[in-house]
Amino acid sequence: MAAFVLKINGGEHRVDVDPQTPLLWAIRDGAGLMGTKYGCGVAQCGACTVHVDGQPMRSCSLPVSAVGTSEITTIEGVKSREAKAVQKAWVALDVPQCGYCQSGQVMSATSLLELNPKPTDEDIDLAMNGNICRCATYVRIRAAIHDAAKSLEG
Amino acid sequence: MNIQIKNSVTRASALSRRSLLKAGAGLAIGVYIAKNGKAYAQGAPAAAQVNITPNTFLIIKPDNTVTVLCKHIEMGQGPFTGMATLVAEELDADWAQMRADHAPSNPVLYKNLLFGVQGTGGSSAIANSYEQMRKVGAAAREMLVAAAAAEWNVPAAEITVENGVMKHPSGKEGRFGAFAEKANQLPVPADPKLKDPSQFKLIGKEGVVKRLDSAEKTNGTAEYTLDISEPDMLTAVIARPPQFGATVASFDASAAKALPGVVDVKQVPTGVAVYAKGFWPAKMGRDALKITWDDSKAEKRGTQQLLNEFRGLSKTAGKAVKTEGDVEAEVAKPGGRIIEAEFVFPYLAHAPMEPLNAFIHWQGDTVTSRYGSQFPTPDQAAIAKILGVPMDKVSLKTIFAGGSFGRRAQQTVHVAAELAEVAKAMGPGKPIKLVWTREDDMRGGYYRPFSVHRMRGVVRDGKIQAWSDTIVGQSIMKGSPFEAMTFKDGLDSTAYEGSNEIPYDVANFKCDMHQVEVGVPVLWWRSVGHTHTGYAVEAFVDELLEAAGKDPVEGRLELMSKKPRHAGVLRAVAELADWKNAKLEEGRARGVAVVESFGTFVAQVVELSMTKEGPKVHKVWCAVDCGIAVNPDIIRAQMEGGIGFGLGHILYADVPMEDGRVVPGNFDAYRSLRINEMPAIEVTVVKSTEKPSGVGEPGVPPIGPAVANALAKLGQVRPRQLPIVPGASA
Repeated sequence: MAAFVLKINGGEHRVDVDPQTPLLWAIRDGAGLMGTKYGCGVAQCGACTVHVDGQPMRSCSLPVSAVGTSEITTIEGVKSREAKAVQKAWVALDVPQCGYCQSGQVMSATSLLELNPKPTDEDIDLAMNGNICRCATYVRIRAAIHDAAKSLEG
Repeated sequence: MNIQIKNSVTRASALSRRSLLKAGAGLAIGVYIAKNGKAYAQGAPAAAQVNITPNTFLIIKPDNTVTVLCKHIEMGQGPFTGMATLVAEELDADWAQMRADHAPSNPVLYKNLLFGVQGTGGSSAIANSYEQMRKVGAAAREMLVAAAAAEWNVPAAEITVENGVMKHPSGKEGRFGAFAEKANQLPVPADPKLKDPSQFKLIGKEGVVKRLDSAEKTNGTAEYTLDISEPDMLTAVIARPPQFGATVASFDASAAKALPGVVDVKQVPTGVAVYAKGFWPAKMGRDALKITWDDSKAEKRGTQQLLNEFRGLSKTAGKAVKTEGDVEAEVAKPGGRIIEAEFVFPYLAHAPMEPLNAFIHWQGDTVTSRYGSQFPTPDQAAIAKILGVPMDKVSLKTIFAGGSFGRRAQQTVHVAAELAEVAKAMGPGKPIKLVWTREDDMRGGYYRPFSVHRMRGVVRDGKIQAWSDTIVGQSIMKGSPFEAMTFKDGLDSTAYEGSNEIPYDVANFKCDMHQVEVGVPVLWWRSVGHTHTGYAVEAFVDELLEAAGKDPVEGRLELMSKKPRHAGVLRAVAELADWKNAKLEEGRARGVAVVESFGTFVAQVVELSMTKEGPKVHKVWCAVDCGIAVNPDIIRAQMEGGIGFGLGHILYADVPMEDGRVVPGNFDAYRSLRINEMPAIEVTVVKSTEKPSGVGEPGVPPIGPAVANALAKLGQVRPRQLPIVPGASA
């Protein structure tokens, strides 16, 4: 066991865990932030997506010892203009069904719009195909990203 | 009028809570309006409170929020919104004041009226609640109006209710919250007047009802079982045998126990449980266990061996399910074209995004449990039995489930039993969260059954003269409490449903089945038997119609003389897709299929092209007739999701086994549909005045055969063995 101080959502969280513990479990069982989900543990499904220094990362496959002083943003702390537009569009279109993957979807979609304010369908495919939704809400995810992009224009 | 109300109040006061409970228990309806909202504000009613809050379906708080306690689990299919819509319609509430939460476990108050116990499945939530929840809303409305009439000293009949506001022509007006306490003193009307459907403002209307759970499922605050955390809680992860039916021979836990964070290791009936402070140490501990398994009773066959055995059986006649006319005589007649097809369907995992899990706190005399259970009553009973406490001392609070597709409805109550055993092995006093990893979930069995259909058809004079279907498959229900309900003449009807009653007029018909025993646990999987029978029937009829020189839509319609609702959705989807006139791009083709399941009729048209990686489905048109459409947008969402779910599985999904060991363990080997593979979808909801039926499952069955039939238009053989893209799994 070792103590790590993680910078999450602008605050500092001390977690006492094995250095190989994936960031996901340090966030959940260590810092007590439960919005980031476990879906596969092998970077296949994207339910655990968080932003590490602004980049979308699969927290299930990133050892806590490798995080260092990086700034971590989880669904609880994502506050950018793009994030707000994404979440608003998600609710307006009633995207979620079971909802379990949607924290990860929102984090990935937010990153996409932060980098690319006007994504095409192909851009969406590339940015979002690491996020599995077993309910297959993909039609509405795509539409909501386009709506969010539109709302950010001007 | 006033006097009558006062009399009513007096009568109501004479009724004790207990007698109300008794009276209410036999009725399908009941309303409890909280006096001050405190009971609810402290959290959902615990089991103990159920005794004093009879027939709880509705809580109206002073802030005017109306919370519907939903007796069905919200796992994405929309019952929170659906139940609230039914109540709000009759209550004349404003949609913005509506809320929903899960009802506590209570088989008397919250039973599924189709099952007799509390449970969700078979796309039955709206179907069984449609009248019940409307009556709840209507009764509450009458009680609130009566309370306002008494307060304002006016006749109740002069009070109108609109958007949550009660008004009297004298200018008096008020909202529900202010009258909830007084209304609560009144007796619950036994037979409240329901609206005529022409008066509906919410049911079936577009754009007025939004899902109640979208915001919390978008900002990360929605609580799932995995998110439960309590002081001193332990997380348990279990090592289960690598083959179904194997058991623990011996184990060495010394390395596991030496790991930091690991608290204890215990043998349980399903394997060896590691208890730790948090998931990661529990998983590391589990991985450090050294276990010798006793495989003497294990299922050691692989899926290739099963296929050989099933295939052999399918060439012999099974037990008759349905026989009409004389298929053999038709086959023997000269001049007919005999077409045969063998269809092979693999085991499929449900793989909900949230792997299985459950929380329990055994306090000795009582048990508190929380998780996403589709069958609270059987689960509650299993926990009570194993821990030796009366059932009414077991509180099972249902919470959001991160998907299910049937996986959390367990006829064997295996997760509830394992949860109780994990608590029992540890002893009372410790809150425990049982967590299955993705690999545990994928390799843990309870799959859609592996099955083979051997079909034979005779086409002569441009007409289908004969049809036979021999099915080889496992029973889902055998040995379960549902056996009596689902078995007919010794056969599990969920294994052949859809194959025995085809919607087409064929004079000579035979459906028979070999029900085989395999040691792999199987379970209903979104649309159950229709997952394979829908494919077999719809791909085969398309092939026969092609041989008869018929158009897939017109040819089907000609044979649907007794099936107006099948024909209705088929016509609707043909019109939506412009089936007759559409000009397709080079390399593209269309296919169609129509399947009834759970009383709902769905037709789909797909347009696809072939790529090196397999079929690329560009667009799907879908028509659905589910009777009265309560929430059109949720119906659309369920069709979209059902299409995506079905498509991913028929293209890619397979759970092969070698020597009884499940090969895929995660999404790298069990390929799931991704956004770049999702077609555009257009849905039309057919207008109907029939009673409402479900939509959670019926979107799934038609997509597979529609894809197969489109591939045939591209000159390919309709895929005989699923998945269509072999090797995507494993």
